[in-house]
Amino acid sequence: MTVTPPLLSVENLSVAFDTLQGQVQAVDQVSFSVNPGEALGIVGESGSGKSVVCRAMLQLLAANARVTSGRILHNGRDVLTMPADELSRYRGEKAAMIFQNPSTHLDPIMKVGDQVAEGLIAHRGMTRPEAAQKAIELLETMQIADPARRAGAYPHELSGGMRQRVMIAAALACEPGLLIADEPTTALDVTVQAQILALIRQIRQDRNLTLVLVSHDLGVISEMCDRIVVMKDSRVVEQGPTAQILCDPQQDYTRNLIRAQPSLLPPPAPKPRTPDAEPMVSVTDLSVRFYYPRSLQDWLTRSPRGAVQAVDKVSISVRKGGSLGIVGESGSGKSTLARAIVGLATPEAGTIQIAGVKSAKDRPRFVQMAFQDPFLSLNPAYTLEQTLAEPFIAHGLCAPSEIPARLKALMSQVELPVALLKRRPGQLSGGQRQRVGIARALAMSPHVLIADEVTSALDVSIQAQILGLFKDLQRDLGLTLMLISHDLAVVRYLCEDVAVMRHGKVVEYGATSDVLDHPQTDYTRALLAAVPKISLPLTRT
Amino acid sequence: MRVVAVFEWFRRAAPASLVVGLALTLVWVVAAALAPWISSYDPIAIDAANALQPPSALHLLGTDSIGRDLLSRILFGARVDLLMAVAGVVGPFIIGTTIGLAAGFYGRWLDTLLMRILDVTISFPYFVLVITIVAILGPGLKSYIISLTVVNWVTYARLVRSETLVLANADFVSAARVLGLSNGRIMLRHILPNAIVSASVFVMTDAVLTIVLGSSLGFLGLGVQPPTPEWGVMIAEGRTYLATAWWISMFPGIALCTLAFGLSLIADGLAQILDQDA
Repeated sequence: MTVTPPLLSVENLSVAFDTLQGQVQAVDQVSFSVNPGEALGIVGESGSGKSVVCRAMLQLLAANARVTSGRILHNGRDVLTMPADELSRYRGEKAAMIFQNPSTHLDPIMKVGDQVAEGLIAHRGMTRPEAAQKAIELLETMQIADPARRAGAYPHELSGGMRQRVMIAAALACEPGLLIADEPTTALDVTVQAQILALIRQIRQDRNLTLVLVSHDLGVISEMCDRIVVMKDSRVVEQGPTAQILCDPQQDYTRNLIRAQPSLLPPPAPKPRTPDAEPMVSVTDLSVRFYYPRSLQDWLTRSPRGAVQAVDKVSISVRKGGSLGIVGESGSGKSTLARAIVGLATPEAGTIQIAGVKSAKDRPRFVQMAFQDPFLSLNPAYTLEQTLAEPFIAHGLCAPSEIPARLKALMSQVELPVALLKRRPGQLSGGQRQRVGIARALAMSPHVLIADEVTSALDVSIQAQILGLFKDLQRDLGLTLMLISHDLAVVRYLCEDVAVMRHGKVVEYGATSDVLDHPQTDYTRALLAAVPKISLPLTRT
Repeated sequence: MRVVAVFEWFRRAAPASLVVGLALTLVWVVAAALAPWISSYDPIAIDAANALQPPSALHLLGTDSIGRDLLSRILFGARVDLLMAVAGVVGPFIIGTTIGLAAGFYGRWLDTLLMRILDVTISFPYFVLVITIVAILGPGLKSYIISLTVVNWVTYARLVRSETLVLANADFVSAARVLGLSNGRIMLRHILPNAIVSASVFVMTDAVLTIVLGSSLGFLGLGVQPPTPEWGVMIAEGRTYLATAWWISMFPGIALCTLAFGLSLIADGLAQILDQDA
């Protein structure tokens, strides 16, 4: 048997960044190789160095990055020391890359057709009309409907999934043999993610493309890749064939990563449901609209203002101490529904009843909310102490002398060390910030806690911890929980009821096990099918 | 100890531009504060016998056309120019920040009204408007400060308003609303400290512009009136003697440049620190 030489091999690569705080090691002695035609997955949490390795493969490292050792060989040539003209031929013709966020990686003031054609003109010496024609063909290959018209569109006129297709078209324009994809579907809804992954799979088959796929999502990696490299803290902890890594992981870290996958979390023990318990929150026929600013034409013609129906006649209820999950894709109105319940959005019609709340002034003591993005949800100018003490001071919930003790209790409720109280959000990790956000909501001792995508910005292992925290809080404090999420697995883990939303309407609503195991609508079925799963029974060992 | 901590921070983390800028500015602040004690002559005493003396041991920086000691005048001038820098900036900063914050936070008709007032103010050429107001009120430092306050708040209002618009939709502001905090508290405690960052950097740059513009007005005869020593006026007085007595314009010019340079460096350093935090 002849051994084919690898297409790309990373040997002993170390990269450090120069920062004001000194040198930071981002990649430490990393070695792996990619064989021709293979799909290699690199999985790891944020900060593990996986994106830096990726960027190094195309020599796209930031200006303050320094390669301290190692080399990256492509067909025997070291990418890191290539002269400029060879490098520019290598990028685009031999290897190409697609990025996480297609909206920032496409030029906002250039038509997408031109962006796809650019590489063809530069590398293939095509004339402008030839390249434009070829670009349209490429967009068609990417399954973009009406490609001739779309080619003339600007990035902001396209949806997120469409933009990712454009980026793939641009990357593949010069038919490179290697495609590096850095979290290509992380910013997309699950159903769109499934489409994009199917497209990448199709292209791989048609062109015998070699793929390096980087993701924090083991589900995506295991569906797409033949081999997996697991990275942690700048190093490779484990690598091997997908089935072997999933079924027989050798390292604790890998085992934890697999166990933390929401789809593999143990299903909750069935709770004794008391359907007659009085509802804590009940929403009836709620509608929320957002209006566009009135244009001059509207003004002159006295036509009504344009509006978006964000929430459309929604009725749901949660019993005392119960838990309701609200799922749907972005734009389905699930966050607006939550914001209306806490009073951040004004309903146009319908009622929101919260047991015990007589006027809007009472609401903060009954309903609190935890927010999605841990980097935006805390005041960067405040120490944790200031953030957490504020509700006590502003509402006079307790005597000023009692506040330190209350803060200590809050910190232990969310399992954070008291020493962190003196820090500002900038000095905390994402998971720690999210805990602070939850602690702030708990400061008011609310009856209802609404969690709006609290785990979607977190790494899986942190996500599993936060979900566990919610479970404990609900048990210990008797909280009523409303969980807004796009992730069905998260909802299955935490919620006894679920409402599926689409275009502002509730399309399916009932007990979680009924809805997710026996979905009644095509939409719910599509959502369920789109979730990438780790299929463990692949095992041959 | 606190002082030690501050010193340690400067040694370790402060950008070089901030340190140099603060040092330069501090030199002039000290000079202004100690002017009566360290200058050896009365800054407005006329001594016709010693007119147009070049720098010498007796008059370190020379004398002007009516024999006044230039070093003493520059030291006393520092008081006027620093006062101008501070007084010319404080009013616009406070007014502009308040207006920007209110407009950005409350939006709707208040925003429209305030921003149209701002547009009207901006539609006049800046320099012409300042000169016109000074001319109406009568030349002098007080008129200059008043005219600046009337005209210059717009920049701060714009800076703070645009930051406020973004911050008002930030999750931590939503969280504050959900906690049931009052609008006033949200504005002052949550939005203002974050919105004021770029405005506070601009204050330093603006102080430089204020000094330079004030000196220009002095040069035109609309600013500080003689015989009060002010650097711009001093430069103007020396221009007839440029060929024969270069020192009369040169030394106030150098003073003006170093102070302006120091303030700009502070602005630069502040921007660096605040960028790091963000």
